[in-house]
Amino acid sequence: MMTLLISLRQIAHGVFITLVLMSASLCISYVLAVIFTIINYAGNKWLKKCLSAVIFLVRGTPLLVQIYLIYYGAGQFSGVRESVLWPILREPLFCAIIALSINSACYTTVLLEAALASIPENEMSACAALGMSKWQTFVYICFPRGMGIVLPAYSNEVMMLLKGTTLASTITLLDVMGVTQQLIAQSYAVIEWYLFAAMIYLSLNALITYGFSRLIKQNNSYISS
Amino acid sequence: MFIDGYSLQLLLGAWITIKLACVAVIPGLLFGLLAASRSSWPIYLRYPMDVFIFIIRGLPEILVIFFIYFGLTTMLSQLFHHYVDISPFKAGAAALALLFGAYASSVFQGAFAAIDSGQLEAGNVMGLSNWQKFIYIQLPQAWRHAIPGLGNLWLVLVKDTAIVSLIGVSDMMNQAKMAASTTHQPFTFYLLAAFIYLLITSISQKVIDIFSLRSKRYLHS
Repeated sequence: MMTLLISLRQIAHGVFITLVLMSASLCISYVLAVIFTIINYAGNKWLKKCLSAVIFLVRGTPLLVQIYLIYYGAGQFSGVRESVLWPILREPLFCAIIALSINSACYTTVLLEAALASIPENEMSACAALGMSKWQTFVYICFPRGMGIVLPAYSNEVMMLLKGTTLASTITLLDVMGVTQQLIAQSYAVIEWYLFAAMIYLSLNALITYGFSRLIKQNNSYISS
Repeated sequence: MFIDGYSLQLLLGAWITIKLACVAVIPGLLFGLLAASRSSWPIYLRYPMDVFIFIIRGLPEILVIFFIYFGLTTMLSQLFHHYVDISPFKAGAAALALLFGAYASSVFQGAFAAIDSGQLEAGNVMGLSNWQKFIYIQLPQAWRHAIPGLGNLWLVLVKDTAIVSLIGVSDMMNQAKMAASTTHQPFTFYLLAAFIYLLITSISQKVIDIFSLRSKRYLHS
């Protein structure tokens, strides 16, 4: 009984780490994705080319490689080890957040791009007719409309992000998956703990789905059915 | 520097990665097709399948792979009262196939739903059996709608093979890890691995584009 309580406390801490990873990466990736979208909307040619190369690189490689590249790879260079960034790059938590944020930002940028492209041309023409600048069009029309359109696809991306956080357990981080592995090594109760972890992830996913369905309903309330 | 033994090792790993993805995709496609037809199944089969697919889609890939490799070994060992060994390659391929199939089922569902109902009615009029309708009418047309979705899933599958290295398959990721720890050049080798993954996914993308062009060749532009 006592050991079970201790295990549950460990799991609770694992949930906390997962939520930290999740919320931090979600916020950073969202901000990055918006910046990337603005670059794509109004940046110069070279910036756009660089961005599309980065997105191609990130989307074409596994998340695990990216996490390893940042966590293990950064330490190879003495320049990095002596720089001010080293206290950050030394910590698995920050490395995981960096990798997850960049990964998710690239996928989200592509989604946002598609959403912006699907806004009817007439709305842009209306903006031009009203004499709005390119910037005003983006802030008042394109972006809010794009966010509304992207929400269903974005909810999938957020779920992918949650699934991605489990990979942080491979760089010694004790999130739900990491704690589960640890508990299994201690108790040999393989199936029980995996099922428990599965339940936690399913309920987190259900929460995300619920939150997004509320958001989508709210966001599209102006559209009469 | 790149033509040393470690890079060769990495290429051998790349071969395992490709093999793993190819071995997983075939049962995955079949499972997806089977699961896509579940709306016409009897209820006592349909609901368990719904729940199963919901669970697989809701779980992280790493958990599914670990559950199949470690969990299944434990379950079978307890069942037969002696240690049962499943090879990590087979367990990994099975897990990837399940993941692929669970997502593919909804792609197939969408693809079959996109076929005009008049097509099936025409099939009825011509006196085709259900099986003939499926093979000659539904499958070729659903294929066209399914290709973009399946192509994306294939790319996801290739990237997910990296996770299988964690259960001990000596795929590219594992070889990179080994090379990185012996040479103390993690950045070099993980970057090299990343580029090989990029190569595999870009070539796949080209092949998918060719397939999707071919599947549309009878349509008027």
